[in-house]
Amino acid sequence: MREDLKFVAVGHVDHGKSTLIGRLLYDTNSLPPDKMEEVRLASEQAEDGIPEFAFVMDHLEEERKNRVTIDTAQIFFRTPKREYVIIDAPGHKQFLKNMITGSTQAEAALLLVAAEEGLQEQTHRHAYMLSLLGIKQLLVVINKMDLVEFSQERFEQIKTDITKRLNEFNLTPLMVIPIVANLGDNVAKKTERMPWYKGMTLLAGLDELQPAPSVEENTLRFPVQDVYEQDGEKILVGRVASGTIRSGQDIMFHPLGKTATVDYVKTLEGKQEKAEAGRSIGVVLKEKGAMQGLRRGEVACDLSPSPRVGNTVNATVFWMSGEPLKKGETLELKCATQQVSCKVKKISERLNSSTLEILADDADELLDTEVAKLTLKADGYLCMDPFEQVPEMGRFVLMRDTDTVAGGVVH
Amino acid sequence: MDKLDELESQSIYIIREAYYHYKKLAVLWSIGKDSTTLVWLVRKAFFGKVPFPALHIDTSFKFPEMYKFRDEYSKKWGMDLKITMNKAALDAGMTCEKKLDCCNALKTNALKMAIAEHGFEALLLGIRRDEHGIRAKERYFSPRDESFQWNYQDQPPELWDQYKSQAEEKTHIRVHPLLGWTEVDIWRYLKREQVPITDLYFSKQGKRYRSIGCTTCCNPIESNARNIDEVIEELETTNTSERAGRAQDKEDTYTMQKLRALGYM
Repeated sequence: MREDLKFVAVGHVDHGKSTLIGRLLYDTNSLPPDKMEEVRLASEQAEDGIPEFAFVMDHLEEERKNRVTIDTAQIFFRTPKREYVIIDAPGHKQFLKNMITGSTQAEAALLLVAAEEGLQEQTHRHAYMLSLLGIKQLLVVINKMDLVEFSQERFEQIKTDITKRLNEFNLTPLMVIPIVANLGDNVAKKTERMPWYKGMTLLAGLDELQPAPSVEENTLRFPVQDVYEQDGEKILVGRVASGTIRSGQDIMFHPLGKTATVDYVKTLEGKQEKAEAGRSIGVVLKEKGAMQGLRRGEVACDLSPSPRVGNTVNATVFWMSGEPLKKGETLELKCATQQVSCKVKKISERLNSSTLEILADDADELLDTEVAKLTLKADGYLCMDPFEQVPEMGRFVLMRDTDTVAGGVVH
Repeated sequence: MDKLDELESQSIYIIREAYYHYKKLAVLWSIGKDSTTLVWLVRKAFFGKVPFPALHIDTSFKFPEMYKFRDEYSKKWGMDLKITMNKAALDAGMTCEKKLDCCNALKTNALKMAIAEHGFEALLLGIRRDEHGIRAKERYFSPRDESFQWNYQDQPPELWDQYKSQAEEKTHIRVHPLLGWTEVDIWRYLKREQVPITDLYFSKQGKRYRSIGCTTCCNPIESNARNIDEVIEELETTNTSERAGRAQDKEDTYTMQKLRALGYM
């Protein structure tokens, strides 16, 4: 059984993400004495001398001096219930690619809104990005309640605003919690200062989140990562993306369109009967000659349901490069282990990812942090599934030269 | 699948990605528990073989137990072991009086020499996010430029197991398959898999090493943990950080960041 949970902390710059995480570690007694000392020393070296919980997370020298988070970081703590991995994501617009990097590794999110400022540009953008990335479980905390005199009215107003916004993306927060991160109110302990709040503390709320469900019951998708030859035996290696692969099972490789039968699953320990989603394994086929044409990028599937096979991809894409995307440009698309060149035929519904304003129905370019529907024409066939059904086969990245510049999902 | 299965499969996937994209690949083996776990995972990825060289950066100041362990298991596991030492710096009398200079000369510069000599395009390294705050910011595939610098202010995005699979010319890629493991995950895995490990980690006369490197810069901790089970039990209850006994992290608040920007592991 799984005993850990990964969540990402997102929200507008200065709404207190790093501070809250520092506080959580402090309250769960997860900070080592030498790290406390390190935080204290760094605070002493700061001009105003105010102790900063954010220093625990913001570890780069530039970040401490300017008190902003530049890159995503991960840190670990535990409650009696389970172990947590917190992913701290930066709140500045120019660091959106780092927020996305952090969020794609999470199974739940914690969205912070500062009480005095309310919903800001990155609050909206991060909420929308979470929905695009398929993160469904969400806790909202309204921070800095001390700056609005612990006003229930202010809390209810922000709670209504954020819930309404999230509902537009089919997201419902599991709970909305009023807190003061640097002083600890409602983080691990109930506060006396907001008697009108009857709900859980943040720490109790986190324990209510559910780990991502296993996909081993799903349809089989086994993307071939490489083909090894050892002692005269050819082995397809890769990680099962969904479903379970079994000895004796009939499978079809897409996009090649070739059937075969599994002889056995191979690991260092020997021959195995089966392997479920998530496992990195080797697969040996029964038929002699069945390996013909099989290479990285082929996907072993159940005979039905088949994935979609084609050379046109219609997808929702978010752009993450300062250099805009131009219509007609050729990029490399990578989905699971498949890689093909593709040409951007159409950019439609170009969107500001914070205001959700449609900037153009039919655009010639797409700028950093914007989202659009793209029609891509690939120079070869590839197979995909809707993101909602098989996440691993419904999401992809776009590369320009050697850099990842966009991510996308197909519905 | 439990957490260890998941971590193992993720690491094997990353090792196989590195092997697919970079034919001039090596695994950096410091003989400690993390890089020995990494070597074990390489053996799992390739069904018992280690199909590329293992590189040991030898400062000459390592524990005798480490040299013995290295020679025994590199033979047993059929590894192509490459050893690199910065002899020029040692001949010039480099010692660890100045930690930053010493680590930089005997580890970072020695690594540069090894990369130049063997032409490695990519290196597998056993660093973990929970070891040190600065390592928490790392990516699985992390490019270094010609002068070895880590541009931590502008790292490439890394989404959905799609890694940076091509390096610009004159850069090398650091690959970190163990990034998501914690210290106690490593010990639980060593126990489950019965991976051999040097006994410097186990208590003798009330002290053990929690992190090992050079004899000159490693201090043992007070501990009665004499075997893996007792180490796991100790870690589940301690709050002291793993590298507390490593002198090079302590010289000033940002030493680790400065070392790493220069190319330190």
